[in-house]
Formats: sequence, C-alpha cells, structure tokens
Amino acid sequence: MNVFAMIGRRLLIGLLTLLFVSVLVFAGTEVLPGDVAYAVLGQAATPESLELVRNRLGLNEPIHVRYFVWLFNFVRGDFGASLATFGGSLAGQDIGTELLNRGWNTLLLAGSTALIAVPLAIFLGLTAAIKPGGLVDRILTSISLALISFPDFLVAVLLVTVFAIKLRWLPAIASIRPSYDFLDWVRILILPVAGLTFTILAHMLRMTRSAVIDVLSSPAIEMAILKGVPRGRLLVKHALPNAIGPIVNVIALNLAYLISGVVVIETMFNYNGLGRYMVEAVTNRDIPVVQACAMIFCSVYVIVNLISDVIAILSNPRVRYPK
Amino acid sequence: MILEKNDWKSYTSEVIRDLTPGAFLSILFLILIILVGLFAPWLAPFDQAEILTNESFEPPSDLLWLGSDFLGRDLLSRLISGVRVTLFLALLITFLSFIMGVGLGFLAAAFGGRVDSVISRINDALLSFPALMLALIVINSLGSSFTVLVVTIAFIDMTRVFRVARALAINIMVMDYVEAAVVRGEGKTWIILQEVLPNSLTPLAAEFGIRFTYAILFISALSFLGLGVQPPQSDLGVLVKENMQALLYGEYTNIYPALTIAAIAISMNVFVDWLLKRSSAKLSEEI
Repeated sequence: MNVFAMIGRRLLIGLLTLLFVSVLVFAGTEVLPGDVAYAVLGQAATPESLELVRNRLGLNEPIHVRYFVWLFNFVRGDFGASLATFGGSLAGQDIGTELLNRGWNTLLLAGSTALIAVPLAIFLGLTAAIKPGGLVDRILTSISLALISFPDFLVAVLLVTVFAIKLRWLPAIASIRPSYDFLDWVRILILPVAGLTFTILAHMLRMTRSAVIDVLSSPAIEMAILKGVPRGRLLVKHALPNAIGPIVNVIALNLAYLISGVVVIETMFNYNGLGRYMVEAVTNRDIPVVQACAMIFCSVYVIVNLISDVIAILSNPRVRYPK
Repeated sequence: MILEKNDWKSYTSEVIRDLTPGAFLSILFLILIILVGLFAPWLAPFDQAEILTNESFEPPSDLLWLGSDFLGRDLLSRLISGVRVTLFLALLITFLSFIMGVGLGFLAAAFGGRVDSVISRINDALLSFPALMLALIVINSLGSSFTVLVVTIAFIDMTRVFRVARALAINIMVMDYVEAAVVRGEGKTWIILQEVLPNSLTPLAAEFGIRFTYAILFISALSFLGLGVQPPQSDLGVLVKENMQALLYGEYTNIYPALTIAAIAISMNVFVDWLLKRSSAKLSEEI
C-alpha cells in the first residue's frame, strides 16, 4: 500500500471515529432519567410551561432528528444556549461566545504546558535511554515512577502550599481580570503550568525512554553498530528516523493526561477555562454545555491522534520507500 | 524450574531472597493500608462524623493527632475511614473490570475471526475517548452514586484490560501445548480455563496492580472535582477537596489525605515493577 492510500485510510477512520464520538456524546447526555424541560424549569414546571420549553428546545422531535439537527448546528459553530442561565425569559447565555473566551484561556494553559513539558520529557527520556540501567537512568525512572503515582492535584497542592502560602511569591488562585497585562498573566499561570507539567512529564519521559530503547535494540541498529557506523551518525541517521513515529505517538497519547489534568488544575485554581466550564456544567446538569465541551475535548483528542498517526506514517522509512 | 505443590517453603524463601528494599517496604506498607481499611471502624479513635471542636483546622494535638477538619471533626478518624472507602471502591472497580476485560479478551483470542474483529473494533472506538470525558458524560446523565461510579470506571478500565488480556491470550493460543489440546479435541472453554488462564496469571496480576492504582487515582480525581463520592460519604479525594481552605490558614489538613493516595499508588507501582522484573528475569533464566 502506498503512502497516500495509507493516509487516506487513516483520515477516513478518523472521520468515522469523530462521528462515533458525536453519537455517544449525544446519546450519553440525552438519556437523562426524566426530562430536560423539568430540569430547566424545576419548581416553575406547569403543563403549559413544560410544553413551551419542550417546543423551544425541540424536545418533541424524534431522537434521530434531534441528533442530526444538533450535529449540523455543532459543525456550523452554533452551540445553542446554556440551560443553567435559562431565566424566565427562556434566553440562556450563548455557549459559543463563552466557549471562545474560555477556549483561549485553556489553550494558553495547555499550550504553555506542552511547550515546556514536551522538549523536557524528550530530552530526559533520551538521556535515560542512552545507558539503560545506568545511574542517570535509575534516578530518572525512580522519580518518574513516584510522579506517575501522584494524583493530578497533589503537585499543585504542594506548590500552592510552598510558593503561594508560605513564601507568598505567587497567587494561589488564577482568576483572570480584564486589566491583566503580560506579567500578570505570567504570574497567575506559573503554578498551574508547573503543576500540569509534572503530571504529564513523568508519563511522557517513561514512554519516550522505552520507545527509544526499543528502537536502539532493533536488528537494524545492531547491524549499523556492527558495520562500524560512528556514534553521532548512528543516532542521527539510523536511530532518530525510526524513533520519530513512536515519540510523536507518545506525545499524542499524553494528551489524554493533559486533558484530565487541565480539568483538575483549572478547577483547583479557579481558572476560567473549558475544563472548569465543563465541571460546573456537569454539576448543574447543563446539558448543552456538557455536550459542547465534551465534543471539543474529544475532537481535539481524536484529531491530535490522527495527526500523530499521519506523521508516523510519513516518518517511517519502510513506508516512504516501498520495495 | 518446575514448581512442585509441596515446594511452598523453598518458593517463599526464594521470593524473600529476591526482595529488593523498595519492594519490601512497599509490600509492608500495602499490608498496613489493607489492615487499616479492613479494621477502620475499630482503629479510628473517634466517630468520623462527630464534630468534636468548634475550631476548624486545629493543628495536631495529643487528642487529635492530625488536628481537626473544616467542620471540627477528627481528621485521623476521617482519614482512616477514607482509606476504607477508597480501597473498597478501587477493589470493586478493578475486579469488575477484570471479569469483563479478561473474559472478553480471552473470548476474542480463542475464537478469532469475526468475533475478535467485532469486539476489538468496538473496544478501539471506546478507547478514542479520553477516560475522564466518558466518566463526566455518564455522571452528568445519571448523577454520582457508588453504583454509577463503580460501573463507569470499571467499564473504562475494561477497555484497557481487554487489550492486555487479548494480547496475552493470542500469544498463548499459538503454543504447541494448545495445539496439542485442540488435536486432542478439547473445547474452547477447556482451553481458556486450563491453558490460557494459568499461563497468563503473572502478567495479569501485574496488570491488576496497575489498574488498581489507576482506579484509586481516577476516583480521587473525580471526588476532588466534587463529582465522585458525595458527602456524607467521603473517600480520600473528598477529604482533599473539602479541606482546601486549610491551605489558606497555613495548615496541612488536606495534604495528609493527598499524600496517603500518593503513598498507596507509589507502593503499588514499586511492587508491580518488582513483580514484572522478577518474572521476566525468571523467564530468561529458564530459557
């Protein structure tokens, strides 16, 4: 199979996965015991008002019609209105504007974390893999084994205790004010980013290490060593091309940890991002918001995995130069 | 090395000889934690729900060894009962996920073909969800109760157990002794129970430890978000969340439960690491 056919196949699978995700998100949020209209109105539920809300939300349509309407609107970028802010006027807060606003904040948090954690993890993973069982390797693997056993919030709690409460260097809560300039942003982001970095760094380091050790012990590399290829050339020309696929895969896999980490850290620091938005929505059973947030998180996850697979296909010498 | 049934003594002494200091301490700590979980109601100095003082976040004293929590209850007693709840839920989750995951994994490997590809595709599709999102969607619809938490997390865990069990079983299914059993005319059930299961026990035990740790961390994270165990019940994650304010008073009230979670998880990981290293060393010795 040539490269294009493989990538095309992978894209098709990705698209199907996205569709499956949307079906499950929709079905999972719509199988409420009871009725969304009840949830919205609560005490104010009378037969007339219930009927009004049901019509308004399109709840009287059959479920498959509602799914396609919902999916179509989602793709168009129309996310509907939040139910929790549904006052008597039946005009809830528009989810789209809120998503845009909070999405930026989350992107800032997750992006800064990735910028720090990814190079650091690859560097440390490579350092550990060069001499498996050596002193550096043993130290790094033990520390990372301890770190992956930490709950997402532990490092953040410890950082807050030391740097916010005891030393009073940084704020314990990362709430955002419109007046913030660049330095204020840096100040509030340091602790959340540090907490998140620790949670994903350990996983990424361990996976990078084992991926590189795998590649280094492959017959092709052994052959190159026996041929007498110099060490520098061996790493750059022989080992690295084979390791790119696995390493990219490691980074993509860690996005799952980053997503759950973002949700926990945002809640802990009161940071105005998508993760906290979703937790609040689940607490209030604000279904349209849960659907929108879940779709965004899941789509990002699926798409990043897709990109990583495509890179893996493109970087694989065996695929690029077919026999 | 062939192990006879009455070889237990030499087997035990061999295990003790192979123990590293880290593995020894981990096993000791895990036994201690399990005992605490089992005998929690008798070990706790006070009733965990009883309000003993008007002071929130009292520092540790002779009476309250770890101080008081945000409502003036004894933190040590609440910690002990939290360990019990966390262990109970995590064990239940892991057992359930193993029954489903190993069952389906072995089934897929033993039957192969259509059965395997259908189960595997469904599993792959479920794996395309970040675990936390799946849990949040279910909790949003059904609310958070012990049953919902256990079944949901067990289901998420099952997708991971399935992959491991299937891979193990596929490797065993091609062994000569399985082929011999097939030629003898043994049925699939016999092969799964008599050949595949006994030969995959050690890696499955290691996986059990990994999944158990994962369950503890997952349920603690949910409780920390306020979406897991609901008051008046409390697990370790709830204790961390409800005492967050203590940090502002410079007290360590919620660091104790957070560290307890980490200590359990670290010990389990060190133990599993040792188990895996030992079994692969044994394997290469045999070869």
